[in-house]
Amino acid sequence: MYRSHVLVCGGTGCTSSGSQQIAQALEEEIAKQGLAEEVKVIKTGCFGLCALGPIMIVYPEGCFYSMVKLQDVPEIVSEHLLKGRIVKRLLYSETVEEDNIKSLNETDFYKKQHRVALRNCGVINPENIDEYIGYDGYAALGKVLTEMKPEEVIQTILDSGLRGRGGAGFPTGLKWKFAAGNQADQKYVCCNADEGDPGAFMDRSILEGDPHVVLEAMAIAGYAIGASQGYIYIRAEYPIAVQRLQIAIKQAREYGLLGKNIFNSGFDFDIDLRLGAGAFVCGEETALMTSIEGHRGEPRPRPPFPAVKGLFQKPTILNNVETYANVPRIILNGVDWFRQMGTEKSKGTKVFALGGKIHNTGLVEVPMGTTLREIVEEIGGGIPNGKKFKAAQTGGPSGGCIPASLIDTEIDYDNLIAIGSMMGSGGLIVMDEDTCMVDIAKFFLEFTVDESCGKCTPCRVGTKRMYEMLDKISKGQATMEDLDKLEQLCYFIKENSLCGLGQTAPNPVLSTLRYFRHEYEAHIVDKVCPAGVCKGLVTYNIDPDKCKGCTLCARACPAGAISGTVKNPHTIDKNKCVKCGACMEKCRFNAIYKK
Amino acid sequence: MKSLAELKAIRDKMQSAVNVRDGEENKIRVVIGMATCGIAAGARPVLAAFTEEVAKRNLSNVAVTQTGCIGLCQYEPIVEVYTPDGEKTTYIKMTADKVARVVTDHLVNGNVVSEYTIGNIGK
Repeated sequence: MYRSHVLVCGGTGCTSSGSQQIAQALEEEIAKQGLAEEVKVIKTGCFGLCALGPIMIVYPEGCFYSMVKLQDVPEIVSEHLLKGRIVKRLLYSETVEEDNIKSLNETDFYKKQHRVALRNCGVINPENIDEYIGYDGYAALGKVLTEMKPEEVIQTILDSGLRGRGGAGFPTGLKWKFAAGNQADQKYVCCNADEGDPGAFMDRSILEGDPHVVLEAMAIAGYAIGASQGYIYIRAEYPIAVQRLQIAIKQAREYGLLGKNIFNSGFDFDIDLRLGAGAFVCGEETALMTSIEGHRGEPRPRPPFPAVKGLFQKPTILNNVETYANVPRIILNGVDWFRQMGTEKSKGTKVFALGGKIHNTGLVEVPMGTTLREIVEEIGGGIPNGKKFKAAQTGGPSGGCIPASLIDTEIDYDNLIAIGSMMGSGGLIVMDEDTCMVDIAKFFLEFTVDESCGKCTPCRVGTKRMYEMLDKISKGQATMEDLDKLEQLCYFIKENSLCGLGQTAPNPVLSTLRYFRHEYEAHIVDKVCPAGVCKGLVTYNIDPDKCKGCTLCARACPAGAISGTVKNPHTIDKNKCVKCGACMEKCRFNAIYKK
Repeated sequence: MKSLAELKAIRDKMQSAVNVRDGEENKIRVVIGMATCGIAAGARPVLAAFTEEVAKRNLSNVAVTQTGCIGLCQYEPIVEVYTPDGEKTTYIKMTADKVARVVTDHLVNGNVVSEYTIGNIGK
């Protein structure tokens, strides 16, 4: 029996800032100080506050230590774990009030969050099935197999109003109902863990922090539709998640929670992993299933829908990781519990990956209907360096931007569609006034050009042409006619592409055009980039009144474009300048400016 | 896994083990003085005894934790019990043998073991 548990984050974010070494050092130091029998170190999944990693929580006190370094470990052990004196200097500053330590749940970052899909992340050891069971794990599967009929399970999910968390927001229960209604000798349950949106990492965190929840939910889905085999399609770029899933599947099989005759109910279900090679298009359902079958990952036309003819031509359901993570809780806590969270048409919570120009980079889970302002200003802690909020991109390269004027929009599936964006998988990239919207659209288009599979022409050729037009605009070489053409092309690609990738690829352009057309026009007509980002339209200049002639800029310039003598104002040769900005960073007198 | 009872057995066993991570505020807190003076006077076996006893009885409403020196070094090991109603009881010169009685009488049945408390000095 351990009197104290030290939870060290083992998610990808904290692992890359060294949490594994810290956990190991902790164990060594604890053993050295003779506390190995009393204090237990547990590696958990992501806590969400990735910006402050490596993170650890010490229970029973619930102390939240952030940005822990290797050399802090002996102090934590000898002061806190041995003598019970909290190491205040390492506490997350938000939890420290004068002479008082606040609970983590009272901090701005966690206060408004409501963790359903992420509830076990950062709480349990993901490599120990017993801990998952200790937090009611597999109880939902037990309940379903012993007390409910498959139709009742489907009705429960339908009634809950759960919608797909992967992006499109299709009602999950309906998907299950269609698949259940199709007779076949074999059906399949698939999990889409091919998370590819730049900036989104909630699925990875769930798999790393709570892998069993996905296994349990897939078994429930298997029972509901009459499938005995499941596949998790996961990116090979998520090595920690893959490893934890493998451990979880092995443990579940040993316990008989996967395999034959689960809970003596006569129901058989097993799950295998399939690793994806990292093509963005394989997140699209038909491409994903083609890839599982061993073919090149390319989409095919629908209908037939997967519920009729999916994997290996058999009825198949495919849900996203986060969708599955909600299922066991709905079964255990009931439909009413789930429905009380969220808005009229979007029930429950949604996880967002906060990134970009924001203080608290990380994962947050909030009820549907939370406003963008609450997420950015309260939970996210606002924008660094006193800059102003300009827009937020949701849905990654398939979504669109939400401008500052709509910051009070309540975020749910339908409201986002109405303002020209989409929920997507939940990436939320915050942009400040230093961001050029043309440049952002160009960035996402560059991504889709790269990731287009090439099967259909509108997407393969169309996105490339769009990218070229955007490039022309950003260089100041475009005309207003080009802008009209660009817009026309957007609608053409949207309507004629084969799969979701192409159909949504123009969204970043259309939504920036909708809210920031004046920026496009400034690039085209005035030949200026208002945010000072597009290299082709920016010139660097030295203000002779401010320049002290310190020569720092001249030494920093990689192109030898700056000339001048000591203590005399310098000048920049515009023909030689490569616009890297190195001079501006070095200047101590703010004498260099962009125009 | 062939029955719900098997699952429940694992769950119950694990719940007492992970109880320490429950941030619930409405708990009885048992705080043991673990500064140099406390440790020298034998606070460690007392702490271990509390942890074990609480786990053995599956008292999910009790949190055993530690603190530094409160200044009454001559009375160490000192154990303070805070109940959710805000009452504080201070036990002094605790030993591992005394722990079982504090747990049964005080933590379970709500009767302060007054002969171990600081109020009993000199009586």
